[in-house]
Amino acid sequence: MTAPVDPSEKFAAYAHPERLVSTEWLQAQLDAGTGAPDLVVVESDEDVLLYETGHIPGAVKIDWHTDLNDPVQRDYIDGEAFARLVGGKGIARDTTVVIYGDKNNWWAAYALWVFTLFGHEDVRLLDGGRAKWIAEDRALTREQPTVTPVEYPVVERSDEGVRAFKDDVLAHLGKPLIDVRSAPEYDGSRTTAPDYPEEGALRGGHIPTAVNIPWATAAAPDGTFKSREELDAVYRDGAGIGDADEVIAYCRIGERSSHTWFVLQHLLGYENVRNYDGSWTEWGSAVRVPIVQGSEPGTIPNR
Amino acid sequence: MTDAPLPTALAEIRDDFLELSQQDRLQLLLEFSDELPALPERLRGHEDELERVEECQSPVFITVTVGEDGDAPGVVRMHATAPREAPTTRGFASILAQGLSGLTAEQVLAVPADYPLTLGLSEAVSPLRIRGMVGMLGRVQRQVRAAVA
Repeated sequence: MTAPVDPSEKFAAYAHPERLVSTEWLQAQLDAGTGAPDLVVVESDEDVLLYETGHIPGAVKIDWHTDLNDPVQRDYIDGEAFARLVGGKGIARDTTVVIYGDKNNWWAAYALWVFTLFGHEDVRLLDGGRAKWIAEDRALTREQPTVTPVEYPVVERSDEGVRAFKDDVLAHLGKPLIDVRSAPEYDGSRTTAPDYPEEGALRGGHIPTAVNIPWATAAAPDGTFKSREELDAVYRDGAGIGDADEVIAYCRIGERSSHTWFVLQHLLGYENVRNYDGSWTEWGSAVRVPIVQGSEPGTIPNR
Repeated sequence: MTDAPLPTALAEIRDDFLELSQQDRLQLLLEFSDELPALPERLRGHEDELERVEECQSPVFITVTVGEDGDAPGVVRMHATAPREAPTTRGFASILAQGLSGLTAEQVLAVPADYPLTLGLSEAVSPLRIRGMVGMLGRVQRQVRAAVA
């Protein structure tokens, strides 16, 4: 069973309003006793310990690094590991999953994107994330929820639809490409986000023709997504994507660009949006791929 | 690097972690995080004068004193501050502050650079995040080295 759609007026303007829920909606569901297996709330943060300091009552935790990444190969977990992970959290194939997290839902969007690789149908974000829930003085608890594990089917991960690899990006050059990193990462003066640790890219710069729209541009000051109109102005007009039928977004390891992927795919309704998770840590270290430095997108090199 | 035995406080912290299951190790890290002492009064409001730990993803600032605030000459004390929203970083800082404060400068400098990797947190927290603590230890040692030079 799934939970009802949040009928908020703000969401109705988005292409897929069913992908967002408001804090009021979630509160009402929790107050009404809606829970697993109809609805499971998942917290996904950058900080692996933030959930333990207090989380939405009943919420389970999924960590991007220790849960979703394969521990050995640079890839995501496979269908068996995913089934074990989410089944162990009380999530069934038809459960409504609402994900929220810190930093404007940065990591929550990443987790949602990974759920999408496994074709989990009903997965939504809590608009405003953890910060808004706390700002509204809603309940937090340190109590670990009692979870009844359920059987989740082993589904083969399907990367084609929403995930791009390096060769896909090379073949894509000339079509809309969005670099969602900070300006200094884009122009090549840094290889990691300001305030973040160095994480191996040998060269600085960006993929030729990519426009720079830092991911957090999509968020309002309170951490919620900007309105449909504002987002259209940023991406459709500002990034010149127009009605493009294929868009690829990237960042450093694919987490910030998951957030932009969510905006393009679910809020603005672009149908063919892929996240290049290899992103700059791959491209900036790969041999003989074209790179542009400076603040201009640059042109496609002759090949 | 020397072969000096690990100071007792650091050895005990390590053993406490290694005794626990992965999930309980996170809980212990949370306890450390909760216990990070506030900065002494004279440093409050001057966070920007402290050294920022670039290896950590969250803003964390550290400073080290040697033989100040009533400590015997040559005794090290580490102070750190990090926001509540960054509990992992606070936990790392708290482990080092508790484990290093009270040691002599010589003892602090003898702590192996890979001490954070021995706490058994790589699986629960991820190796990438542990690197932040390695960076923090390195910065403490550099400050101590500068203070006694």
